[in-house]
Amino acid sequence: MKLIINGKEENIAENELSLSKLLTLKDVKFPQMVSVQLNGEFVKTDLYESKILKENDNVEFLYFMGGGR
Amino acid sequence: MRNDELLRYSRQIILEQIGGTGQEKLLASSVFVAGAGGLGAPALYYLAAAGVGRIGVADWDAVDISNLQRQIIHFTDDIGKLKSDSAFEKLHRLNPDIKIERFNLQIDAENISDIIKDYDFIIDGVDNFPTKFLINDAAVFLNKPFSHAGILRFSGQTFTHIPGGACYRCMFPAPPPAGLVPTCSEAGIIGPVAGVIGSVQALEAIKYITETGQLLSDRLLTFDALTSEFRTIKIKHANNCPICGDNPTITELQNTELPTCDI
Repeated sequence: MKLIINGKEENIAENELSLSKLLTLKDVKFPQMVSVQLNGEFVKTDLYESKILKENDNVEFLYFMGGGR
Repeated sequence: MRNDELLRYSRQIILEQIGGTGQEKLLASSVFVAGAGGLGAPALYYLAAAGVGRIGVADWDAVDISNLQRQIIHFTDDIGKLKSDSAFEKLHRLNPDIKIERFNLQIDAENISDIIKDYDFIIDGVDNFPTKFLINDAAVFLNKPFSHAGILRFSGQTFTHIPGGACYRCMFPAPPPAGLVPTCSEAGIIGPVAGVIGSVQALEAIKYITETGQLLSDRLLTFDALTSEFRTIKIKHANNCPICGDNPTITELQNTELPTCDI
């Protein structure tokens, strides 16, 4: 399945994939570490499990960055 | 404008987007910078150099030798000095014509609104999530524009909140659980990343004040120094945002416990 992840086209071997499975594949160890946009809309953390990705979906992982000094 | 001011700012006055009118706006404007550190240092330098008429700088900390690798407003002989004093001295020497206001304190839910209410634009250069969220919440309540930024290791992010547009909580509804996202002191930071992102924050303030170009409002700019890639990601105002959405759950400012591992 072809997905666009953080602006880059990627082929994911699986055809049926939940958002939380993608996070695991992408090495995001805790879902609370990122905010996820699916096709431009933010997805609530408790929906990661049930959200099934489709061909050509656009996924953005926004990482928390707390540094400044 | 005096002759020496015309000369001092001549390279930006000749820009058609700034001109004499834009320079007058800058001289009449005020910007508050929270944190005189990695992000605050370049932001403060450029704002003072550009002639922002009144600049507020807040920091509670003293200069440490481990700061000097990136907090370029502090020098070796400032070690031990209050960062707000050290920043004040450099900015005053850079541009004695502008007013610099020092706040040697930690920003909290009790003092933030009083401090930022008299500034036109706010810059978040702090190093912890509780204060980042506090700055967002106070700015949203007071209808103030502000620039958010965060840096870590070789990367950084920044976006600008304009009243009515997406806020930090539209993206990140709540701070991450303490300890899950490392701080710069734990994970490291390469100095120039702070320089790049802090400079973008100064640009956002200047663009806002002079009404020039397109702000990073409703967009998150991310920078990855390892791949040399900048990206902007569209951020929509979230109808379910806990502070600026349709049914807000946050209605007043609150202090959140700072993680003990910080700095």
